[in-house]
Amino acid sequence: MSVPAELHYTEEHEWVSISGNVATIGITDYAASALGDVVYVNLPAVDAAVTAGEPCGEVESTKSVSDLFSPVDGQVAEVNEELDDDPGLVNAEPYGAGWMFRVRVPAGPDGDAALPPGLLSAAEYEELTKSAG
Amino acid sequence: MVNAYHARVTSQPKHTPLRSVHERLGATMTDFAGWLMPLRYGSETAEHLAVRSAAGLFDLSHMGEITVTGPGAGAALDYALTGWLSRLSVGQARYTMLCRADGGILDDLVVYRQAEDRFLVVANASNTSVVLAELQERCATAVGATVSDQTDRTALIAIQGPNAARVLASHTAAALGSVKYYSGVYGDVAGSPAWIARTGYTGEDGFEIFCAPEYAERVWAALLTGEPLLTGAPLPAGSAVAPVGQGVVPAGLAARDTLRLEAGMPLYGNELGPDVSPYEAGLGKVVRLDKPGDFVGRAALAELAADVASGTGPGRTLVGLAARSRRVPRHGYPVMSGDAEVGTVTSGAPSPTLGMPIAMAFVAASAVTGESAGPFGVDIRGRIEMADLVPLPFYRKE
Repeated sequence: MSVPAELHYTEEHEWVSISGNVATIGITDYAASALGDVVYVNLPAVDAAVTAGEPCGEVESTKSVSDLFSPVDGQVAEVNEELDDDPGLVNAEPYGAGWMFRVRVPAGPDGDAALPPGLLSAAEYEELTKSAG
Repeated sequence: MVNAYHARVTSQPKHTPLRSVHERLGATMTDFAGWLMPLRYGSETAEHLAVRSAAGLFDLSHMGEITVTGPGAGAALDYALTGWLSRLSVGQARYTMLCRADGGILDDLVVYRQAEDRFLVVANASNTSVVLAELQERCATAVGATVSDQTDRTALIAIQGPNAARVLASHTAAALGSVKYYSGVYGDVAGSPAWIARTGYTGEDGFEIFCAPEYAERVWAALLTGEPLLTGAPLPAGSAVAPVGQGVVPAGLAARDTLRLEAGMPLYGNELGPDVSPYEAGLGKVVRLDKPGDFVGRAALAELAADVASGTGPGRTLVGLAARSRRVPRHGYPVMSGDAEVGTVTSGAPSPTLGMPIAMAFVAASAVTGESAGPFGVDIRGRIEMADLVPLPFYRKE
């Protein structure tokens, strides 16, 4: 399973990439593999407010449906419309073309995007998936 | 966000004789009815479509195989099951049921008459012990009938799809042309003695091959690759999905479930159970009230049949639903007619062949008669999505 070192992760198996004050979010290779073929991704609306740890969408696969949680607080800036026609991108390129949505994150006291506590590093996330078997 | 991997193996699952083959193919394994089974090898959608367009190979060695033998075997099964099994000719197969005295379904079965005095009963893995115990009890007083569990001495490999007969024909001397749908014959596959039956659970032409566990790898390898045996290093990632040589792909339980759903075939635990009668499931024809003698459940089933004849029953019926949205109606979701809950989804999945979510559901008979036959709402996690009533099966092979 691939776990890129430069990304942040959640215990719910999302990944987060920060660029300026915009967070790009998707689900991990581990999650995509466990789900099987993704057939539909129900994404939040652009401009919707999302809250860290709260569900904001759904991922439908052949066998199951799972909540999609936002890893950050903020406002949805963009959603990946490619997934509407080709949800299989989530399986094929979970960290690339299979990204799901982008959130504008308010700046913290130091001027950088304010990330919630509890996001995992790549090493911590890898440990989590190993213990989950 | 993912539910799937919270499932933990609580007790040590059993392995089929093809365990190491699945490992070499890189299968994702799952605990199913106490057995560690391949869920998928690569993409379950690709496996599903390969069965519809070419052929797929399934390890079904978790299924229960029980023999009933002796001169009284046919009569004993006539008493134990809903079907008229003593009327089968040698080689014929029948889909039938084991019912309780009150008519509730304990399992659905395929019974093969392998010889004049030998029947093979194939049970769902989750019900094998129940079927065995019931058959032993129900046949206990029968004269000349012996019930024997052969599950651990039997491997079951299915090859399903439009190419199945052609591929199998190149590995057997059996005259497959004379093996009609729902019949079987003793023969050899890849040099291994086998019972070769033209049955399946996919809605395609295909065969189910029963053999001793020691032959399973040889049969599997011959049908998958045309080569004598799979050996050596693991295959490269993704290669399991690509049809090799004969156009056969290994297929897991995930594809099996969507294939049977498209074919409108019931699954025990979803559409069938002890609180479901054969008439509710639309399978009244498996109850042979016209056979002579008593059988377990006759009185109750006769009453239910009379209700069907008089139009007063059953109170609910199994229907097909085609979703208008891309959200999938799944097992247990409520079915609504306006504000009223009129039923429950029994099975639902995105249909790879049709490209939309499909579902089977039990709904009140009053909700599907006259003017009020849909569309229905399905309460999908708190939001109602519309679904149209469609005839079963969803898919029928050409």
